[in-house]
Amino acid sequence: MRRITVTVNGVRHEADVEERELLVYYLREGLGLTGTNVGCDTSSCGACTVHLDGVSVKACNVLAVQADGAEVMTIEGLATNGAMHPMQAAFQQHHALQCGFCTPGMIMAAVGVLNENPNPTEDEIRHGLEGNLCRCTGYHNIVKAVAAVANA
Amino acid sequence: MATTEQPARSIGARKLRKEDPELITGASRYTDDITVPGMLWLSFVRSPFAHARINGIDTAQALEAPGVVAAYTAADLEFAAPLFMAFPLRDLKQPPHWPLAKDKARYAGDPVAVVVADTRARAKDAAELVSVDWEPLPAVTDVMAALEDGAPLVHDDLGTNNAGTWDFELDSPAPRRADPGPYFEDPELVKVTGEYFLPRLIPNAMEPRSVLCEPNVAQGEYTLWTASQIPHFIRTFLTIELGIPEAKMRVIAPDVGGGFGSKLEHYGEEAVAVAVARELGRPVKWTEERAEGYLATIHGRDMYQRIELAATRDGQLKAVRVKLHAAMGAYLRVVSPAIPMLGAWLYAGVYDPEAYDFAYDMVFTNTTPTDAYRGAGRPEATYAIERTMDRLAHELRMDPVELRRKNMITKDKFPNYTIVSGLTVDSGDYQGTLDKLLGRLDYEGFRREQAQRRQSGDAKVIGVGFSTWLEMCGLAPSRVLAALRYAGGGWEASTIEMLPTGTVRVLIGTSPHGQGHVTTFSQMVADQLGVEYEDVEVLHGDTQVVPLGLDTYGSRSLAVGGIAAYHAGEKIIAKARTLAAHQLECSEDDLEWAPGTFTVRGTDRSVDIKTLAFAAWSAHDLPDGYEPGLTATHIYDPPNFSWPHGAHACVVEVDTETGSVSILRYIAVDDCGERINPMVIEGQVHGGVAQGIAEALFEEARYDEEGNLRQGTMAIYMIPGAPELPSFELDHTVTPSPTNPLGVKGIGEAGTIAAPPAVIGAIVDALSHLGVTDVERPATPERVWRAIQEASR
Repeated sequence: MRRITVTVNGVRHEADVEERELLVYYLREGLGLTGTNVGCDTSSCGACTVHLDGVSVKACNVLAVQADGAEVMTIEGLATNGAMHPMQAAFQQHHALQCGFCTPGMIMAAVGVLNENPNPTEDEIRHGLEGNLCRCTGYHNIVKAVAAVANA
Repeated sequence: MATTEQPARSIGARKLRKEDPELITGASRYTDDITVPGMLWLSFVRSPFAHARINGIDTAQALEAPGVVAAYTAADLEFAAPLFMAFPLRDLKQPPHWPLAKDKARYAGDPVAVVVADTRARAKDAAELVSVDWEPLPAVTDVMAALEDGAPLVHDDLGTNNAGTWDFELDSPAPRRADPGPYFEDPELVKVTGEYFLPRLIPNAMEPRSVLCEPNVAQGEYTLWTASQIPHFIRTFLTIELGIPEAKMRVIAPDVGGGFGSKLEHYGEEAVAVAVARELGRPVKWTEERAEGYLATIHGRDMYQRIELAATRDGQLKAVRVKLHAAMGAYLRVVSPAIPMLGAWLYAGVYDPEAYDFAYDMVFTNTTPTDAYRGAGRPEATYAIERTMDRLAHELRMDPVELRRKNMITKDKFPNYTIVSGLTVDSGDYQGTLDKLLGRLDYEGFRREQAQRRQSGDAKVIGVGFSTWLEMCGLAPSRVLAALRYAGGGWEASTIEMLPTGTVRVLIGTSPHGQGHVTTFSQMVADQLGVEYEDVEVLHGDTQVVPLGLDTYGSRSLAVGGIAAYHAGEKIIAKARTLAAHQLECSEDDLEWAPGTFTVRGTDRSVDIKTLAFAAWSAHDLPDGYEPGLTATHIYDPPNFSWPHGAHACVVEVDTETGSVSILRYIAVDDCGERINPMVIEGQVHGGVAQGIAEALFEEARYDEEGNLRQGTMAIYMIPGAPELPSFELDHTVTPSPTNPLGVKGIGEAGTIAAPPAVIGAIVDALSHLGVTDVERPATPERVWRAIQEASR
């Protein structure tokens, strides 16, 4: 076990975690933040994407101990003062989700894409999201939603 | 009280989904998100061999591991019956499938033991300490190899790997027009044969399966949360398998992260979870890891097809004859043997030949069981006929569009036209969707550009492929299912309650997992009853909240479940009418109903439905004998399937030097009858087309010679990401179904049914000048390149 201090969605937590514990399980089972989903075991799907010190990461590919001292933002922390983040609103507006399971990770990744490149082309959006799989939408409306936020 | 205000019509509007707020904020509740006090974790021990005798299982070391509570093998857990299989076809060989394998493992991943521990990680650690004395046996994973003499037997006591044969003449309740035999003997007719292998696919719903069972020991009650499309069926199946009274078995499908048929299933892990919870008196949970799921969750397709067409020299299709060999995998799951049958009547597509035959063998192999995968039988049928129509066009030197148009069932034959395979199609306008497609495509312009490219000697050539598709969905009329030897019915149920404070509660027996039922059903009920969209609540997916239901599969939810809700709404209106006449002191015949309000004809005296709902609830002043409350249930059994159709085109660019394929355009013109929420419909088409493209270009699961799954993780199995797919161009026509009062048809599987032949057809068209006539699926760059090389020899 190791003691870590991590700030998640603005709230500071101290916890003893097993060295092998993945960040995503610390978030889900340690903190009860179940919005971040686990869709695979090979860092292929991106359902677990969160922001670690402002950068998109797959939380199944980070050990909880590696987040010691870091700031983590999950889907639950994206809205401010009860107002949805523009990316969340755009996902609903453009029907960019169906079953919703990839959605938290996809939204976090999409926010990350625009943080890096505020004015992407369609092709850049598609490549920016290549680490996140969706089985429902064919990405068509996800790309539209991200473009709409970029052009807003 | 006179009112002329009515809510704006909601049907046809692109209403934003009511489901979304929780899904986009992380407040969703999938099964693995749920924790109950005292919960233990399960981890399964699975066979590493495709075929092996189990000479012994030693759990002693696992039981001593930290946190371990118990471990069970097949010998330790009692089941009243094997896992339920719902399609006992004629003469079907149906070996029992127990939740934990007893003497032999029959596929890599077959579970043989389960370990219970206090955490997820400890359960998994301990499962690795279970020692199994395996005796590996020869395995067979290919369908045709499994039918050869001397092939290893998946179930040795059967003496064969052929579980049965479905034969049109013997098994179809509807008679076909004529036997095609003589047509294939006729020297005047042109014959073409298509032979295709449709690779095995892994469904890959983004949410892995998960199961949580909480027992109430004192009452003998069990609650099972499961990531499933079919909670109602699972309640019944578990009752049969575990001997738990059905009323004490509650099954909940909470938020479910996609299914695509893989969750139209009942799995051994569900039965084991309930059995272990019963043994221990404690809640237990199991969540599949993705690589585990690649072995443990059903696969789709894996079928050899042979289709023959006979036609006149001027392109009149006369006869269609089909024989399939379909993999069942190691066991028959809930509807495995019937999946090819769901295409049995569709191998002539939208065309109108004179004769038809169809048969298939169901073949055991040492592989993960196959079962429904999006489209289930109908993508297979559409692929065979559409690809082979292209071949026929090539043979006759006809344009593939002209050949299709010449053979299409014409619009004037509808409604209710009996097609060559004997079933009656509700409505359609096949030329209409094709015309619209060609207009969008600019077909002539495309052909000019294609010729220019070829002439210029450019290594990158272009092609277009077409798919004019028809499907039968909205499963299904119960009497037809009975004739097909299905164990259950095809009805659907809905209850509508007008609550005293003016909102409406709708219970639906369908069980969505991304399709937006809450939104679509809200729109329908709001319009029908004349209430606000926001005032309608739709509940589903919990057998205790919605006791009646037959769940979601086969594009049935709107065309069957929606119609059940419609009829429940009509009952509400009829009952409200009686009360309105009482209140307004008139005859019921004098009342006019405009959604939301009854008015005495020719007067301004009226009463709205919310007022009536309160009066029915308070029951202070009701007509004599009037049952209080404004609640109605309707169980609807559809008189026919619904028959959506459409025309798709795919334009590709193929690099003849590398074999790589880029989709330049994908155009889909679909007709699903009346459209409740166009946004939701488009989403269904997008996702379906994406899966169809993936099937054509990227996805396959193959086994090595020893029976190991080669695409054993998501890192290897090629699911397309955003860069691999294009934006889609969608259009539609509206040909209402005469079968149901809303005129609706299903749309959930359309894209997956339509897309594969359009994509492969486009590649072949691009390369036709090089002599390429077919490309094996999936059309990877290597396969395309090889097709080019072989054609040029």
